Amino acid sequence: MPRPIRILVAKAGLDGHDRGAKVIARALRDAGFEVIYTGLHQTPEQVVEAAIQEDVDGIGLSVLSGAHMTLFPRMKQLLDEQNASDIILFGGGTIPNEDIQPLLDAGIAAVFTPGTPIATTVDFVRKACGKRVEA
Amino acid sequence: MAKLIGGKPKSKNGEAPKGDRALWEAQFESAAKLPGANDRTISDHPLKPMYAPEDVQGVDYATEVGYPGQYPYTRGIHPTMYRSRLWTMRQFAGFGTAMQTNERYKFLLSQGQTGLSVAFDMPALMGYDSDHPRALGEVGKCGVAIATLADMQDLFAGIDLGKITTSMTINCTAPVALAMYIATAESQGVSQEKLGGTLQNDMLKEYIAQKEWIYPPEPSMRIITDMIAYCSKNVPKWNTISISGYHIREAGSTAAQELAFTLADGFAYVEAAVKAGQDVDEFAPRLSFFFNSHSDFFEEIAKFRAARRIWARHMRDRYHAKNPRSWTLRFHTQTAGCSATAQQPENNIMRTAFQAMAAVLGGTQSLHTNSLDEVLALPTEKNVQIALRTQQVLAYETGVTNVIDPLGGSYFVEKLTNEMEEAAEDYFKRIDELGGVIPAIHAGFFQKEIADASYRYQREIENGERIIVGVNEFIVEEEQQIALLKIDREMELEQCRRVKEFRASRDGGAVESAIAAFKRAAETDENLMPHYLDCVRKKATLGEISEALVPIFGRYREPAFI
Repeated sequence: MPRPIRILVAKAGLDGHDRGAKVIARALRDAGFEVIYTGLHQTPEQVVEAAIQEDVDGIGLSVLSGAHMTLFPRMKQLLDEQNASDIILFGGGTIPNEDIQPLLDAGIAAVFTPGTPIATTVDFVRKACGKRVEA
Repeated sequence: MAKLIGGKPKSKNGEAPKGDRALWEAQFESAAKLPGANDRTISDHPLKPMYAPEDVQGVDYATEVGYPGQYPYTRGIHPTMYRSRLWTMRQFAGFGTAMQTNERYKFLLSQGQTGLSVAFDMPALMGYDSDHPRALGEVGKCGVAIATLADMQDLFAGIDLGKITTSMTINCTAPVALAMYIATAESQGVSQEKLGGTLQNDMLKEYIAQKEWIYPPEPSMRIITDMIAYCSKNVPKWNTISISGYHIREAGSTAAQELAFTLADGFAYVEAAVKAGQDVDEFAPRLSFFFNSHSDFFEEIAKFRAARRIWARHMRDRYHAKNPRSWTLRFHTQTAGCSATAQQPENNIMRTAFQAMAAVLGGTQSLHTNSLDEVLALPTEKNVQIALRTQQVLAYETGVTNVIDPLGGSYFVEKLTNEMEEAAEDYFKRIDELGGVIPAIHAGFFQKEIADASYRYQREIENGERIIVGVNEFIVEEEQQIALLKIDREMELEQCRRVKEFRASRDGGAVESAIAAFKRAAETDENLMPHYLDCVRKKATLGEISEALVPIFGRYREPAFI
């Protein structure tokens, strides 16, 4: 039997809105994944370091402060610099539609906006991060 | 003897009037019902399909409901309510630089808004200057960037602080904001005793829900009691704390949790100030509250009514306040941001209107109506105007302002009010058993209660028990795009440049000695508020003032748990 998928649910920047991050963390855990939560107010450097140390398959970053165009690309850049590009970076929050494509172009694997069914996120994680488990 | 609202209604000859309850029950039981969670409120509170006199049997009108403006204020805090004065229409606003927000304020005032409400950006809310590395990407994004006295002066340029009242939603950096506001008023020639307004300044709910902090809870409480003491003497018209349930609800709590945790926080502030040697009637009249108005119409109204009654009872009987103004719970309301949907965002106009009506039927003193686009970004001018117009239609066209507490005496609303009060009292007992609010925060009690409630609610939406229009039902495939407010990146660079200029133009020695005196005061139990003012007048920045006490008070870290 393959090992369970490991996910780091992350809050970065100064944003304290953790309702969505906690709901997603519980839902991923209920779906059978191993979930680690960073807690609030992490720097991108701290999140990436934790992801590598914990050997996670994916990072789910939650941003509701409007700083998504800074935090997501920065975190992706750090993953690439540390030869950890195989860790899937995805996320969600209050992200306007017009910002989604630029984020995908920057290498963010998926962006989930408010109202996305939890099942959609769970299915994505199972598929995208499952590949890393098999690899 | 006081009359009952309930009791057995009698007909003329003393017999029970006609009306067959058993027949109705049988008919109700045998009929087909719609699926879904219609036997519970949005907060999972059980509901009967119908309420009747027996539900309010034994309720004593005089002591439990009473007249408006009279203890226990269930029906409202003023004898006249909206017959004398409408609520204050106060739209929370702030974005970009101080100059950009100043233009928005002038627009809102020109549109008939009657008070100002400042939204600060995340760096200001967390104690960082705009040019701090941790502020990168956050400057001016979810509020206005304020790091210096010059920023505050630009924010209120051309607005007479002697005439307007201002609410500032800021917590761990609240004393800095108040000091900057006082110094700005002084530069306009307005002295501090004339200033009217409100600081949110409610740190307890930060640890519980909103999660913006610098120092741990204990020193934060000291700063708050210092400010209460300072304002009682020097800024007597200022509302020193707006004890807030709004963020607790937004974080996913139920209505009863919002009510209970907020009032428990309120009692904790009262106890802290009394312990610091202040007389309850000196400061309690300046405490105010801030609640959420969510979508479950009657539950919200019952929550507001219960809040007034609980506060009055505890303030009079438990804290022995003698001034009736210490007993009255005044509150601001904001419609529920968390109920707004990104899907078909125009529908948020209707959600907001119903929530605003619940707040008014619940007797609010001031109101912010959310704009339809706030789920995605800060609102555009057009959408703020629609939100303000929603309040104006409610105030001038619907007639709900004409009769005080029009739902008072409703079997359902009175029963639900009683049940909300009972639920809150149960929570007070549990909090007491944990040793009070601060130990309960350290134990993660509130945080876990809220996370449990929010996960339950989310699952109900996921499995279709609750329908959210446009999200899990009545979906359209091709969503129309709406125009959103953009904060350009140039703004952040411009703001950082302004902060650097400000630092370069001041007397560095004066800043250093003010900060040094401030730190020394923090080591003793001297009141810190005059030091905050001195630092601001000597042009220390918000970040410098906030950072100065970290070596003394420490920096708070929340234990992370799901």
